This record gives sequence, structure tokens and C-alpha cells, in this order.
Amino acid sequence: MSIKLEHINYVYGAGTAYEKHALKDINLEIPDGQFVGIIGHTGSGKSTLIQHLNGLIKATSGEIYYNGENIYADGYSMKELRSHVGLVFQYPEYQLFESDVLSDVCFGPKNLGLPEEEVKARSLEALHQVGLKEKHYDKSPFDLSGGQKRRVAIAGILAMHPEVLILDEPTAGLDPKGRDDILDQIQKLHKEQGITVILVSHSMEDVAKYVDRIIVMDHGCMKFDGEPKKVFEHYKELESIGLAAPQVTYVMQTLKEKGFDVDVHAITIEEAKQSILHAFGMEDRRVNHD
Amino acid sequence: MIRDITIGQYYPTDSVIHRLDPRTKLVWTLAYIFSLFLFRSFASYAVATILLITVIKISKVPFKFMVKGMKAVVILLLITVAFNLFLIPGTTLVQIWKLRITYEGLNTAVFMALRLTYLIIGSSVMTLTTTPNQLTDGMEKGLAPLNKIHVPVHDVAMMMSIALRFIPILLEETDKIMKAQMARGADFETGNLITKAKNMIPLLVPLFISAFRRANDLAMAMEARGYYGGEGRTKMRPLVYQKNDRIAYIILPLYLMAMFAAKKIVGV
Amino acid sequence: MKSIINIKKLIHDYQKYNEDGQVESTYRAVDEVSLDVQPGQFIAILGHNGSGKSTLAKHLNAILLPTEGSVYVDGKDTRDEEKIREIRQTAGMVFQNPDNQIIGTVVDEDVAFGPENMGVPSEEIEKRVEEGLKTVEMWEYRSHSPNKLSGGQKQRVAIAGVVAMHPKCIVLDEPTAMLDPVGRREVIRAARKLNKEEHVTIILITHYMEEVTFADQVIVMDQGKILMQGTPKEVFSRVEELKEHRLDVPQVTMLAHELRKSGLNIPEGILTREELIGELVKLKTTGATEGGAICP
Repeated sequence: MSIKLEHINYVYGAGTAYEKHALKDINLEIPDGQFVGIIGHTGSGKSTLIQHLNGLIKATSGEIYYNGENIYADGYSMKELRSHVGLVFQYPEYQLFESDVLSDVCFGPKNLGLPEEEVKARSLEALHQVGLKEKHYDKSPFDLSGGQKRRVAIAGILAMHPEVLILDEPTAGLDPKGRDDILDQIQKLHKEQGITVILVSHSMEDVAKYVDRIIVMDHGCMKFDGEPKKVFEHYKELESIGLAAPQVTYVMQTLKEKGFDVDVHAITIEEAKQSILHAFGMEDRRVNHD
Repeated sequence: MIRDITIGQYYPTDSVIHRLDPRTKLVWTLAYIFSLFLFRSFASYAVATILLITVIKISKVPFKFMVKGMKAVVILLLITVAFNLFLIPGTTLVQIWKLRITYEGLNTAVFMALRLTYLIIGSSVMTLTTTPNQLTDGMEKGLAPLNKIHVPVHDVAMMMSIALRFIPILLEETDKIMKAQMARGADFETGNLITKAKNMIPLLVPLFISAFRRANDLAMAMEARGYYGGEGRTKMRPLVYQKNDRIAYIILPLYLMAMFAAKKIVGV
Repeated sequence: MKSIINIKKLIHDYQKYNEDGQVESTYRAVDEVSLDVQPGQFIAILGHNGSGKSTLAKHLNAILLPTEGSVYVDGKDTRDEEKIREIRQTAGMVFQNPDNQIIGTVVDEDVAFGPENMGVPSEEIEKRVEEGLKTVEMWEYRSHSPNKLSGGQKQRVAIAGVVAMHPKCIVLDEPTAMLDPVGRREVIRAARKLNKEEHVTIILITHYMEEVTFADQVIVMDQGKILMQGTPKEVFSRVEELKEHRLDVPQVTMLAHELRKSGLNIPEGILTREELIGELVKLKTTGATEGGAICP
């Protein structure tokens, strides 16, 4: 059970002045249950890549297999694929259109042709999963805050019961509180439901905290693919393509150069703290300053 | 990509045509279209063809951009040609089953096709060599006398230039919302007309909301930058006729005379 | 020195009307805020969405007017309708969404929009456009269509548009919220350059803490009130308080804070990587465990 991409190329505007090779020979396999981060600056091809995964964009050449089946084969239902591979676009709140929150979430499952009770049950469940309070369910989506609207939009995809959830910059434009809330909810879904999550982001700090694997895109190519620790080893190359490793990585690298015995693979604050304390021959014993 | 649509799409390069005053280009385009209707003869159209080709050459815009605008009307063109070809009575040239092509029909069809093609390419020359803002500036200044009879020329010109700026943005947004709803299983293609119209609601509601939000933001941004309507405004590049414009205005009557003479002398 | 911005007990209420046009409810977005900004300062205003920071910003350009209290921009009262034009020239404004504030279809035509509204003579406009675009390093894009630019480039064009109006003060209302890290850096660099080289007063509204570590003064807003105010060092020394309000702290500041809590003798309010590394190196040479370097 997985998504597999073989030699995917995508060219748009072929033959015009705007011709662009947006994806170049992408080979990729995402097994079930993984939490993957896709990173790249604007125009690196990351958004184009994820739209291939649910068939919204058709590759110029190459094959995509979902659970072993070729999605470009004759008779393969794209509609069914889209119910299995849920894609939440950037600024998804701009797609809301119904007069109340619950009806909006029902849109997806209704399109799957499910019976009415099932549609409603799934929608309520999804709204619950994203942590939206019940008092908001019959409000107009346009009366909610930015973060709440975004959660409604994510619920709209979850109600379709996807096996894979792709989120394009789910935290763009949110404040720190809204950002943490959304990412924590997504992590919870991943852990509790075993959903495969693909998170597109340009914040290394966010990604480092949550994912098992990072894919770095640059100019339509896959530049790096691996565990966060391994990918951040290339922090100098990341910088040259307009990205940056988490700040902690820089601190640890510099400390190492200055002769400290620290672990350069530390990417979260907690890991860095432990490693620095260790280098000073101290364990974490909390001292109260007050 | 949807954003590459050619509406008001300027082709940036430097040529004599690009540097002409937009008013000159507007007057010329109108005169050109007018001449196509007025002088309906093959000889005159030959003159019009030579002019068009010369201007395209001078403008340095690749020919394929000129014909891009044709794509949208190709069906309309074919229908018009077919109607004229088969439905105009007169001397029969060919008859296949019940379809009869007459000399008059063929004549009208050819002129119709040429006229429409030249009309579109002719106006493309203007839009490809003039930025939308120059165009609206040209209209604003060209139509300024209308201000006296209380026609809000400046406001209309400002609205046009804002519309031109936001059309590509809204088209791209339509594309995005459409994809987002397709990811939720929406179907914009199948069904009869009524179902199709109903299926557009998830697209239109967000699009309208977004357009209003943008309009609101833009109004605030314009106000913050000191916009209070046309009064007291200056221009970075005020329109002033140059030597080339004067030359263009001298060529214009010569062209019209050539069209007239061609029709009179050759006769067809 | 005469202050460029002087806010006294500003209150702003938003009113929600019912269908009959009567006031249904009021929402107090800014609640008795007082603030004084000196010319040439770089001020950062932080806070969550809905903390009132954007409402406050819109008062500085007379887009909103006080419900109660007063706002003076360069000595002019924003409630004085006759001064509105002058106020808008004194305090320029850059907004969040780069697409919705560009009016021109060509970059230089957009930058010219402000000076044109002010009635500046044509040759002078050309000069100002060049100067503005060069300041934000966008001169080579002057004849591009804004639609083909990146988010960061569009925001810099918007800044150039304000610069061309020769304001004494520029208010940037979350200019980086919709940008990627590269775009964010570009915009902040442009703002800093204006402040340093042109001595323009900058008021930057953001929720990215790492963007404000060099500001002269940081103001944290919450629920319409000023929660904290001081130098970045002072504000970021209060890590626990910031965390309580679920505001972000730069990763380095957070790490330094955690290390300090665990017993390393590092001062509060570390803002940059260099500072933290410097402190750690110092500790290593003096010895962390010997010489009483550990906090008691």
C-alpha cells in the first residue's frame, strides 16, 4: 500500500514563450503511514508535485501507482482516487461556500454519493477531529477566525475518509498560536488514525518537529530525500537554494567547529539542550531561579 | 496555464510602434477597421494587407502572438463563413446535394473572413504594443473633452486599468478554487445545463467573496496612497505627441486615399 | 525632539449592525493604548491575529479614526479632515496581501501612483520612481508586469511605491505574512535599509519574532492592550510570559532560556546565534562547573 511515482516529468506551456519544465524525472515512493515533509522555495515544483498525487495535474510523462494500480490506466476513477488521497490547498478557507459550517464539510462526502446519514455522521466526526467547537457548526463559515476557517476546510477533506492527507502550507498566514494548533491536530490524526500525511511547508522548524522524512525540492528536481537529521547535514547546500536548516542546526554546527563535543544532528530545542548540557558534563537538572 | 491568456497582454520590446502615442494607435486602429468596411474590394484589401504586414514587421512582435487572438473566434469565423457561403442566393458555382455555393456567397464569405481576421490582428497590434495603462491613458486624454458634458472619463479609465490588472489574478484564482473543489469530488464537466449551472455555485461563491475582499483591500491601499480621484493628479509620463506621431498622422490620409484609389482604379 | 507619532489613550470600537441598521454589538479592538514614537526609530509591534495590532496600524494613516482618544502624526491630528492628505504623505502604509495593493500593470507605473496623486511634476516623479525602486533593489524589474514577480518582489514594489511619496514614517502591516522565507528576508532587509540610510521611521507589524530582534523597541499587544514594551532584549527576557500568551520566541532565545533553566550561566534575552555561541565559549573557557559558573 503506497504511492509510487516513476520518472514523472511535467512541462507546461510547451511550445510557447512560457514553457517551463516544472518537474524533472521524479522517482518517489511514499509507504503507508509515513509523515512526510516536502520543502522547497516558491516555484520549486512542490505544489505541482502534490497535485499529481491526486490526479489534478497529469504528468507529461511517467507513471503513478496508487496501491499498485496505475492511475493513468484506462478506466481508473480519478474521483475515487481523490477520495483516497485528500488534498488541502493553500489558504483553503477561500474555497468555503456554504451558508453554514456543517453543510460545507458535507460537500465532499456528498459528492462521493454516500447516504445522507453517513454524510452527516462523517462530517460531524471530521469537525470533531479538527477540534472545532460544536457551537460553531451552524454558524456561517465567514464569521469564523482565520484559523477556524482553515480547520473547517481541513475537516471538509477529512470527512471523505482519505488514506493519505496532503496539506499545502497549512499554516501560511496564521499566527503562532493558530499554527501550533493546526500542526498538533494533524500530528494527532497521524498518530491516532494512522493516516499518511504529506506536509508541504517552507518552515524548517515546523517540519523538523513533526515529520519522519523530508523531501527537498529545487527547480523541479528532488534535491534531498531522507530523515530530517540527514537532510539538515546539508545545511550549507540548503542555504544556497534559498532554504535554511532550523536555527538549532547552525548553533550545533558552529559549536562543533569551536571544539565542543556536541551532537550536530540535534534539530529540536530539547535535543540541542540535552546535547549541550552533556558537553558541559551536566545532566538536565532543573534549577529554580526564583 | 490560465494566467497566460492574452487579454490585454502586452509584448514588451522596443519598436517604433511601441513608442507611438497610444492616441495615435487608437486613431489608427479605428481608421483601419473603418477602412475595411468602407472599401470592399480585393485591390483595397491588398493595400490593407501590405500595411498590416509592414506594421507587424516594424513592431518586432513575433507573428504567432498576433494570431493568438484568432483562436478564440475561429469557430465564430467558420460559422459566419459557412452561413454566407451556403445561404446567399445568386449564380450557382457548385452544387453538392442540397448545398449550393453561389458566386455572391463565395465573395461575401471571403470578405467576411478577411475582414474579421484583419480586424482582430489589427487590434492585436495595438494591444500587443501598448500597455493597458497607456491605452487607458490614451483614452482618458483622447476623450477628455467629454468631461465638459459630465462624462466621468477619468473614473472610467481608472476602472478599466484596474480591471485589466485583476483579470489575470482572478482567472488564476478561479483555477485554484476549481481544483480545490475538484479535490473534494466536485464535478464541473458532466450533467445537463441546469446541473452544470448548479455545480458552479461552489466555484462562484468563493470567487465573488474573494473579488469583494480584493476590491476592499485595493480601495484601502489606494486611499492610503493619497488617491482622491482624478483632480489635481499629475502623470509620470504625460502624453505628448512626438515626431513619429506626426508622421503617422500624415500617413493615415495617404493610406485611406490608397484604399479608395485601389477600389476605383482596379474595380474589384 | 518632536515625536513623529503620538497616541493618547486610543480606543477603537468596531460596530456590528443588524438588518435594521442598528448597532447590534460592539467589539473593542484597541483599548486605551498610548504610544510615543521618535523620528528615526524602528518599532516592532507583535501580537496574535485579533490582538488589535492591525487596527492600531490603520490609525497611523487615518484610514481609521479614533472612537476615543487621539492620534497625532507629525503633530497633525488624524481627526482633522483638512490634514488627511498631509498625514497620508507623512505616514505611508504597506499592507499584507501583495496582490491587492499594486494598482499599476507595470512596476514603474505602480510606483508612480502615489506621487501622481500628490500632484508631483512629471520629471520629479521619474526621479522618485528610480530612487524608490533602487532603494528596494527592484530597478531592473521596472518594466515588468507585477503578476510575474514573486511575493517578496511584489512587496518591495509596494514599499518603493510608498518611498516615492517621501514619507517620514512607513507603517508595514504584516508585510511578510504571506511570503516564503526568502521573500521575508528581502522585505525586512529593505525596511532596515530605509531606516538606517534614509532615517525613515519604521513601524513593523508582524507575528514573526525573529524579524524584530534588531528593532529599537518591541511592543507586544494582546486583546487590544499593550502587554509588553521595551528593547528586544528586555521583551525576550520574559520567555515564560511570552509562552503563556502562546507567542513565538526565536529558537535561539528559547534554547538559551532552556539552558539557563537547566543550570548553565547564560544571561536572559539572547537574541542571535552569535551571542549564544559567544556565551557558551566564554563558559567553556572559564569552566562551567568550576568557579561557580552554574547558577545557585
